[in-house]
Amino acid sequence: MTLANLIEPYVGRTGGLISALHEVQRVHGFLPEDTEAEAARAFNLTRAEVKGVISFYHDFKREPQGKTVVRLCAAEACQAAGGRDFIAAVEKKFALKMGETSASKDLTLEAVYCLGLCSCAPAAMVGDRLVGMADTGKIEKAVERAKKESAS
Amino acid sequence: MTALTIYLPLDSAAVAMGADDLADALQVEADKRKLDLNIVRTGSRGMHWLEPLLEVEKGGERVGYGPVNDDDAASLLDALTGDGGHAKCVGPVQEIPFFKNQTRLIFARCGVVDPVSVSDYEAYGGNAGLGKALKMDADAICAAVMESGLRGRGGAGFPAGIKWKTVSEAQADQKYIVVNADEGDSGTFADRMIMEGDPFTLIEGMTIAGIAVGATQGYIYLRSEYPIAARVLNEAIANARKEGLLGDNIRGAGKAFDIEVFMGAGAYICGEETSLLNSLEGKRGEVRSKPPLPALEGLFGKPTLVHNVISLCSVPAILDKGAAFYRDYGMGKSTGTMPFQIAGNVKQGGLYETAFGVTLRELVEKVGGGTFTGKPIRAVQIGGPLGAYLPPRLFDLEMDYEAMAANGAGVGHGGVVVYDDSVDLSDQARYAFEFCVEESCGKCTPCRVGSVRGVETVDRIKAGVDRDKNLTVLNDLCELMVDGSLCAMGGMTPIPVLSAVKYFPEDFGIKPAKQAAE
Ligand SMILES: Cc1cc2nc3c(=O)[nH]c(=O)nc-3n(C[C@H](O)[C@H](O)[C@H](O)COP(=O)(O)O)c2cc1C
Ligand code: SF4
Ligand code: FES
Repeated sequence: MTLANLIEPYVGRTGGLISALHEVQRVHGFLPEDTEAEAARAFNLTRAEVKGVISFYHDFKREPQGKTVVRLCAAEACQAAGGRDFIAAVEKKFALKMGETSASKDLTLEAVYCLGLCSCAPAAMVGDRLVGMADTGKIEKAVERAKKESAS
Repeated sequence: MTALTIYLPLDSAAVAMGADDLADALQVEADKRKLDLNIVRTGSRGMHWLEPLLEVEKGGERVGYGPVNDDDAASLLDALTGDGGHAKCVGPVQEIPFFKNQTRLIFARCGVVDPVSVSDYEAYGGNAGLGKALKMDADAICAAVMESGLRGRGGAGFPAGIKWKTVSEAQADQKYIVVNADEGDSGTFADRMIMEGDPFTLIEGMTIAGIAVGATQGYIYLRSEYPIAARVLNEAIANARKEGLLGDNIRGAGKAFDIEVFMGAGAYICGEETSLLNSLEGKRGEVRSKPPLPALEGLFGKPTLVHNVISLCSVPAILDKGAAFYRDYGMGKSTGTMPFQIAGNVKQGGLYETAFGVTLRELVEKVGGGTFTGKPIRAVQIGGPLGAYLPPRLFDLEMDYEAMAANGAGVGHGGVVVYDDSVDLSDQARYAFEFCVEESCGKCTPCRVGSVRGVETVDRIKAGVDRDKNLTVLNDLCELMVDGSLCAMGGMTPIPVLSAVKYFPEDFGIKPAKQAAE
C-alpha cells in the first residue's frame, strides 16, 4: 500500500488527518518523510499545517522506532509505587535512557504518562502487552516474548 | 463431556496482571481433560489487588479465586470440577468488604456481565433509563438531570443540567454529543473500567443526552493508551446498531442517534474540552479562548455537549430511578455517587463507588488498607496531576466539591494516589512543573515558560541555593501562572506545587519555626 492509499480513506472523516496519521504509523512503525506531503495533498492543507499537527502529539514519530517499544509509566501513581527506581533499573538493564533506541534498532525505551493501571503500579507496556506491578524481570520476559512473536 | 462456565476479566488491569495468559492456560488444561470450558470475559470488579480474579457461579452467587495466574490453571480446574476448595478462593465476591460496602449506581454491572452483550445488559437492568427517556419530552429529560444535582465528573464539577439546557435551547442544523474519554489524570481509571466492562452504560447515557439536547451524532474521544477500551467500545457500538439501539430509529421511537470512537494521539492537554474539540477536528490540540462556550459553538462551530465518561454514565440511573433518588445520595451540593480510584502505594488498590461525603481517611486507610510497603502514609494527591498533596492531618476531610475547595484541593476525577514516608515532596513539586513543560499546549507564556522556570527554581531550592529568595520566586511564579494562563493546565499546576510547600515545608528546607509563624 502506498502512503496515499493509507491516507485517502480518512479524507472527509471527522478528525480524519489524525486517524490517517495513526494508520500510516500502524503500518510503518513511524511516519515516513513523504507523509507530510501526501497528507497535505489529500486533506488540502499546507505542509506546515500537517507538520504542526504531527509535532503536537506525542504518539507521532518521525524516526523509526525499535522493533519492540517499551513504554514505562512516569506519572505520579507509579512514582508512589517505586516507579523512579524501577525506571532507573530498566534503563540500566538495557543500557538505554528513556527516549533512546538501541543501536541494533531492537528496542526503544519511552516514557508514558499513565496507562490507567495506577492501582497495579508501576505499570508498563511492552509492544502491545500490558505489564502491572512491573519489575525489571517482568519487562525482560515481556521483551523476550515480543522478540519471539515478531520472529515467528 | 462436562461443561464449566467461568468469568474472567478482560479489563486492562486484569490483563496487565496476567488474565490473558491464564485464559490460555485454562483452555489448554481443559482440552487435555476434555472439559467443555466456556470462558466469559467480563469487566473488572475493581478489586485490583485480587486480579486476575476468576469467578464461577455457585448456589446463585459468584465465588471468586484470586489473584490467580497461569500456574494455577490445573489446580483451579481440579477445584472447579470438584468441591470448589482452593487456597486462592476468596469466597462469595459480593461479600468481600471492599465490594460489599460500595453503592454501585454506575458500576452495578461492571464485572458481572459480558460487556458486549445487549441481552446481558438488559437482563441486569440496562436500558431502563433509555426506555423512560424515549417516552419523555426533551425538556423533561433536561429537567430531571438538573434536579438530580449531577455535576461534571471530568474535574470542574460544573452542573450538568445547565449545560444540557444551554445546548438544548441552542438553534442549529446540527448538534453533537462529545464524550471526553481522554482520562489523562494519573491515578484515575474509572472511565477505562466502565468502557471496558460495561460500555452500554455509556452508550445509553449518550443516547439519552442526544435525545434531550437534539443531537444526532456522538463522538467518544478516547486516549490512545486504551486499546482494550477501543476494541470493546467498537464491538459494543456495532452490537447496539444491530439491536436498533443506535441508528435512525432507536427502538422504533423515531429518534436518531449514532456514535463513533475517535482515537487521540497522546497529549494530556487534549483532555481540556476546547483542545479536545480542535483535536477531534483533526487539528493541533491548542486550547480555544472562552467564550464562545462549546455548548453554543463547539465541534465545527456547532452546539456541543461535552461530558466526561462518568458524567454520562450517571445519567441512566437518574432517568430510571428518578432525580430525587439520585439526589438523596451524597452531601450538600455534591449529589450522587462517585467512583473513587485508589492507587499508588496502597495495599488494596482499585475502584470504590460510593456517595460523596466519604472521608479521605476511610478511603485510604479502611478501604485501601494503608500502604503496600507497610510504612506510614505521608501524603495523598487527590484529583490528578493538577491536584493538591495533602498530609494525614487533613484526612478527615470529606469528599465533597465545596469542602475540598475550602482546603485548596479538588475532587477532580476522583483519583486518590497514596504515598508512604519515603516520598520527598520537593520531587513531586518539581515533577508538577516538569509535567507542565511536557504537556503545555504552548499558547500562553506563563504556562509555557513559567513551568520551565519552575523546574529551575525548585532545583535551586532543593540544592539550598538562596533558599528564601527562591521560595519567593516560586510563589511569584505560581501567582503569575494562576493569573496569566488561559486554562487550568497552567492555572492549576501551582496547586500541587504550593500544597507541597505548605503542608510539607521540611522537604523544601523550611525550618519548623518558620512553619509555625506562617
Ligand atoms: C489540562 C486539563 C485536562 C483535562 N483532562 C480531562 C480529562 O482527561 N477528562 C475529562 O473528562 N475532563 C478533563 N478536563 C476537563 C474538561 O475541560 C471539561 O471540563 C470536561 O470534559 C467537562 O465534562 P464534565 O462536565 O462531564 O466534567 C481537563 C481540563 C484541563 C484544564
Ligand atoms: S495554560 Fe498552558 S495548556 Fe492552557 S492554554 Fe495556556 S499554554 Fe495552553
Ligand atoms: S500513573 Fe502509572 S499507570 Fe497511572
